[in-house]
Amino acid sequence: MLQLTVNGEARNMPAGSRITDLVRELGLDGRKIAVERNLEIVPRSRYSLDSLAQGDRIEIVAFVGGG
Amino acid sequence: MTQAMTDKPLVVAGRTLTSRLIIGTGKYASYEQNARALEASGAEMITVALRRVNLSDPSEPRLVDFIDPEKYIFLPNTAGCFTGEDAVRTLRLAREAGGWSLVKLEVLSDPKHLYPDMAETLRAAEMLIREGFDVMVYCSDDPVYARRLEEVGCCAIMPLGAPIGSGLGIQNPVNIRLIIEQSSVPVIVDAGVGTASDATVAMELGCDGVLMNTAIAEAKDPILMASAMKHAVIAGRQSYLAGRMPKKRYADASSPLFGLI
Repeated sequence: MLQLTVNGEARNMPAGSRITDLVRELGLDGRKIAVERNLEIVPRSRYSLDSLAQGDRIEIVAFVGGG
Repeated sequence: MTQAMTDKPLVVAGRTLTSRLIIGTGKYASYEQNARALEASGAEMITVALRRVNLSDPSEPRLVDFIDPEKYIFLPNTAGCFTGEDAVRTLRLAREAGGWSLVKLEVLSDPKHLYPDMAETLRAAEMLIREGFDVMVYCSDDPVYARRLEEVGCCAIMPLGAPIGSGLGIQNPVNIRLIIEQSSVPVIVDAGVGTASDATVAMELGCDGVLMNTAIAEAKDPILMASAMKHAVIAGRQSYLAGRMPKKRYADASSPLFGLI
């Protein structure tokens, strides 16, 4: 099991999981979000390529109303 | 042909805007109301914020489901950022989420007045421009800093008319006019407008546009106020282009004084 921090909360994912697995697990639409992994942007094209690692800190953000 | 008809459109970083009104998307009762106000305002550009997705409710409504990024220009902001690094990090994510590099930079200082930290804003602007962002910058009404922001390559200078969300109107017409006169990029009054006449005042000073959020979102009828703001900005622009009559100290009769019976 991989222990991750996703948007500040602890979350476990099976070893070998990729960003795309996490996004699916969370029920999110990958076209409407942006993902940061350990302070580095993950381009959408890499969601299904990069494996998650133990202790990764993931931020998942989206546009909301603002001024 | 009147001057208003020959007015050049507002162009920011190569994007042409027919409407000189830019509106925020915060504080509305719902995204649905927000979308209706946007339509009534005639605005083509909206500011948006970037926040963590709520993981406990992945099905909560999304802004992009109500306002189409293909139809409107989304201008991601850095609201809530207090350092240049925070702002750069936020806008890198925004560029990834949206796929475009036109952004609104705001680096704030004290939550009480939300005045921009200008030293930090200038530093952040330089970092962003080096990374290829087109930066529309929220700034104080200081003409010296406004000039420096233009010199480092900001594509629009956006001085406040009054503190964010205060609705106090244009408190600083002398400074705003100084900034307009010296700038060769668009000057957009951002923050402070409370009601339609405030928007007109800003445009009569010669601003290229007005950006507002709370004045519409917190009106009793946001959709009607959005329409009022649309007309106010047009009226102010036409009034500026038309050139107002000189002020006089005494009355000057409008009807002929000769031929009286």
